[in-house]
Amino acid sequence: MTFYYNNVYLKETSCITGPYEKKGPLGKYFDKSYKDLYMGEKSFEKGEIKLVKDSLNILFRKSKIGKEKIDLVVGGDLLNQITASTYGALGVGDFIGIYGACSSSVLGMIIVSNFIESGFINRGVSLVSSHNMTSEKQFRYPTEYGAPKPHTSTFTSTGAASCLLTNEKSKVKVECATLGRIIDYNQNDPNDMGRVMAPAAIDTLVRHFKDTGRDPNYYDLILTGDLGKYGLEIVKDYMCCEHNIELSNYNDCGVMLYNLEKQKEVHAGGSGPVCSALVVYSYIYNLLLKKKLKRVLFLATGALFSPLLLYQKENINSICHAISLEVV
Amino acid sequence: MKNTKYDKIADFHKVKENRLGNGIVAFLCGGVMGFLAELTIECFMNWFKISRETSSIYMIVIFIFIACLFTALGFFDKLVTKFKCGLIIPITGFAHSVMSSSLDSKSEGLIYGIGSNMFKLAGSVIVYGIVSAFIFGLIRYLIGGI
Repeated sequence: MTFYYNNVYLKETSCITGPYEKKGPLGKYFDKSYKDLYMGEKSFEKGEIKLVKDSLNILFRKSKIGKEKIDLVVGGDLLNQITASTYGALGVGDFIGIYGACSSSVLGMIIVSNFIESGFINRGVSLVSSHNMTSEKQFRYPTEYGAPKPHTSTFTSTGAASCLLTNEKSKVKVECATLGRIIDYNQNDPNDMGRVMAPAAIDTLVRHFKDTGRDPNYYDLILTGDLGKYGLEIVKDYMCCEHNIELSNYNDCGVMLYNLEKQKEVHAGGSGPVCSALVVYSYIYNLLLKKKLKRVLFLATGALFSPLLLYQKENINSICHAISLEVV
Repeated sequence: MKNTKYDKIADFHKVKENRLGNGIVAFLCGGVMGFLAELTIECFMNWFKISRETSSIYMIVIFIFIACLFTALGFFDKLVTKFKCGLIIPITGFAHSVMSSSLDSKSEGLIYGIGSNMFKLAGSVIVYGIVSAFIFGLIRYLIGGI
């Protein structure tokens, strides 16, 4: 389903990262970066909560809007019971916790935008976070194990990113959004998430073009969340072969966030809910403010993956939500 | 839903892992580990005039200690990523898996953290090690007697 918005604007963003993201090509665009993955806390989980708190504080400072004026916070992360968001957003406005895996960044923006468009609220914050070590611990092996990984595996980004959406006019407008559907293409390799999530990206992209009657050239840039370099190629090829749509202005946030040549530890690229948010809220938002890009379609892809059900021989499903940002 | 067209395109973009290269690295690293172990055994036998059996027990204890220490110091995971099965298959891999699991859960305390999570990875090795030892022991007894 595609929604159109007339009255929703992106007012301010904030991005906090860990050391690996800082070393990447977009390092200079972030508001703050930690050198250590503990962020001065006693455990990685508490470090992630600190990232969320920092991100909200920086957002309030940058936008000069106090936290008492925020009507709604929508937050999501990868931890069990989405604890990083719930502990981090304590004491800030009304709260909705969401889980869309790596697609949370756009899902949060869509929920806040719908609330604003309907007139129920004036200002809302969408926040996401992820932490490389906490998700390694939760989804894969212990953090110090260092299990060998194939080239197709992706690296969960560390950081927290939040954006303030309002009904007051600003330079960047949220134009429309397409909600995703759960896709099952019989994929079950947790070390190749690009392959798992690409079908969801393709499905949402095709439905978005069908609903709006647009073609890829309408946008200056089409961005997927965290497919990695192999997933990116799959989307391009499949769109061309099956749907006859040539994607020439297309890129992937997971590929843009890191220098894949130098940072070998990230393998195929970044992943995690914050991966796409870090790129869009910093670098892409800057380009939109400078009017170097006018229309951007941002698709956050998520693998709805549970190690438990994978061991019970179930497939990994995926989902992808899209949102279109325009310069006013 | 199975989509053969999608699988075909996805397979085309799948990179092949360098299995031969990984195998050679693991083989050489495993060989070096074996050499070091033999060297330690020989040294103990000659220095302390003890039997080969006792000496190999000391060697195992020392290797386990070194692996645990390196894991705790935080660089054994980087070695494992580099040398892969050359370090995972020997006793060092077992020690590393126990140590990394306990380090991972140290923030949850001694009982609910370290105690209950220590054998998260190594548990199946112990269980099936004992089960297979029992089965093969039984087969040996049935065929050849005690």
